[in-house]
Amino acid sequence: MPEDCIYIARSSAIAARALAGEMMVMNSADSTFFTLNEVATAIFQAADGHTPLREIVRDRICEQFDVDSEQAQADAEQFVAELSSHGILLVSNQPLAPEAPR
Amino acid sequence: MSLMSEVGQKAFNLGVPLAVHMDVTYRCNERCVHCYLDHDDHGEMTTAEIKDALDQLAEAGVFFLSFSGGEVFLRRDFFEIVEYARRLLFNVKIKTNAVMIHEKEARRIRELAVDTIQISVYSHRPEVHDAITKLPHSFERTIKAIRFLHEQGVRVTIANVLMTVNSSDHSGVQELAAELGVQYTLDPTITPMMDGDTSVLSLRIPGEELTEVFHNPALVGSQEEFCAPPKPPSEEDLEGYSCSAGHSFCYISPYGDVFPCVQFPLPTGNIRQQKFLDIWNLSPELKKVRSIQAKDLTVCSSCSHVSSCTRCPGLAYMEGSMRGPSTADCEKSFYRTGVPTANMLQQGLSKPRTLSGNPAPLIQIRPIAVPA
Ligand code: SF4
Ligand code: SF4
Repeated sequence: MPEDCIYIARSSAIAARALAGEMMVMNSADSTFFTLNEVATAIFQAADGHTPLREIVRDRICEQFDVDSEQAQADAEQFVAELSSHGILLVSNQPLAPEAPR
Repeated sequence: MSLMSEVGQKAFNLGVPLAVHMDVTYRCNERCVHCYLDHDDHGEMTTAEIKDALDQLAEAGVFFLSFSGGEVFLRRDFFEIVEYARRLLFNVKIKTNAVMIHEKEARRIRELAVDTIQISVYSHRPEVHDAITKLPHSFERTIKAIRFLHEQGVRVTIANVLMTVNSSDHSGVQELAAELGVQYTLDPTITPMMDGDTSVLSLRIPGEELTEVFHNPALVGSQEEFCAPPKPPSEEDLEGYSCSAGHSFCYISPYGDVFPCVQFPLPTGNIRQQKFLDIWNLSPELKKVRSIQAKDLTVCSSCSHVSSCTRCPGLAYMEGSMRGPSTADCEKSFYRTGVPTANMLQQGLSKPRTLSGNPAPLIQIRPIAVPA
């Protein structure tokens, strides 16, 4: 999948809340529980299904956290892969409709 | 420390209300003999009021939200409330007797990604369960609902409240939970009514029988660990606080009253009159609850059990002082370890005095007719 085309959306099965700048995320399907650091929280919050990951990294990460873009992109992809393997983020090369609990 | 306890500790230290228990109604379709609630509707919050409260709770940082009652499904808008809560990304747990859950409701619960459904089952014997709930066929309906939920992949926990009439049924209920493929949890504590009426306490299982419960590895895990004699309290223990009530947890009644815990009826404010965060941050009562360290406790600070005791400040409050001992927990500490508690020693007792002041084993006050 070419990197430019990665779209991410939050799953409808999750619960999430910020606690002192860090996001707590729990997947109700298997009760996996994560806390995300500030950078990961920024990606998670921007996961609207229609902004490409590369754009999220450029606008939300590189600018705000002053990090190198290649490194940030690689870290973001690893983070996205991990959260998607736990069913917390949905990943596609097509824009995704954000899932709301039905 | 697990990530979850780390987060819990962080919320506790920061004074963030991480978890809230909200009763949406006190009405119920069962009439359980041990129930502490007045089932009349004295003006429950409307759908709009509850949604507004949920907005405020999300803003305050609440993550874990338990809906309970009464029977939650007696509110026609209950699914609307759960859906709203899930849109606000709360982790939602529901406590119910499940008799109104059929296939359709079970599917809806799964679609809404509810974390866990806790369902009360009193016995594996239908006649005993129904005699406790006083609703004919409730056992059958509850078990059917558990099957529907399990089929949908919803996480279910059977909560088994033990009291005199069903004190020997825990292993049967455990087996039933295993057969249904769901979790089991035991609760040997019957609590007084919110208005302080302690008459239901006579349904509590007698202390002597608690010894059996606490020494049963199937119920408490490692008996050696669970029943170990208490370690002398450290400096750190004495500077510690009791539970999360009022620190990172609170209870909201169907009428909007905010309390430190469902078992701690100290009024702190009402969300119909004040913003939730104003109550949480400014209530003098909550500040008082938060200020109490183990060393400030009147009897418990000198008790050898203080570091391991489950002392409930809410029960202590109902006994007269939130800084005092809670007799129910003294009983548990004593029957768990065999070591006398400071409360007993102070009163010169060789075994804990029951709340009714009656040292004899507790007997049930409201007779339950269990068909033979
Ligand atoms: S110990 Fe008592 S007051 Fe504290 S959380 Fe438990 S029930 Fe509530
Ligand atoms: S056993 Fe009783 S006296 Fe001792 S700490 Fe617990 S509640 Fe207090």
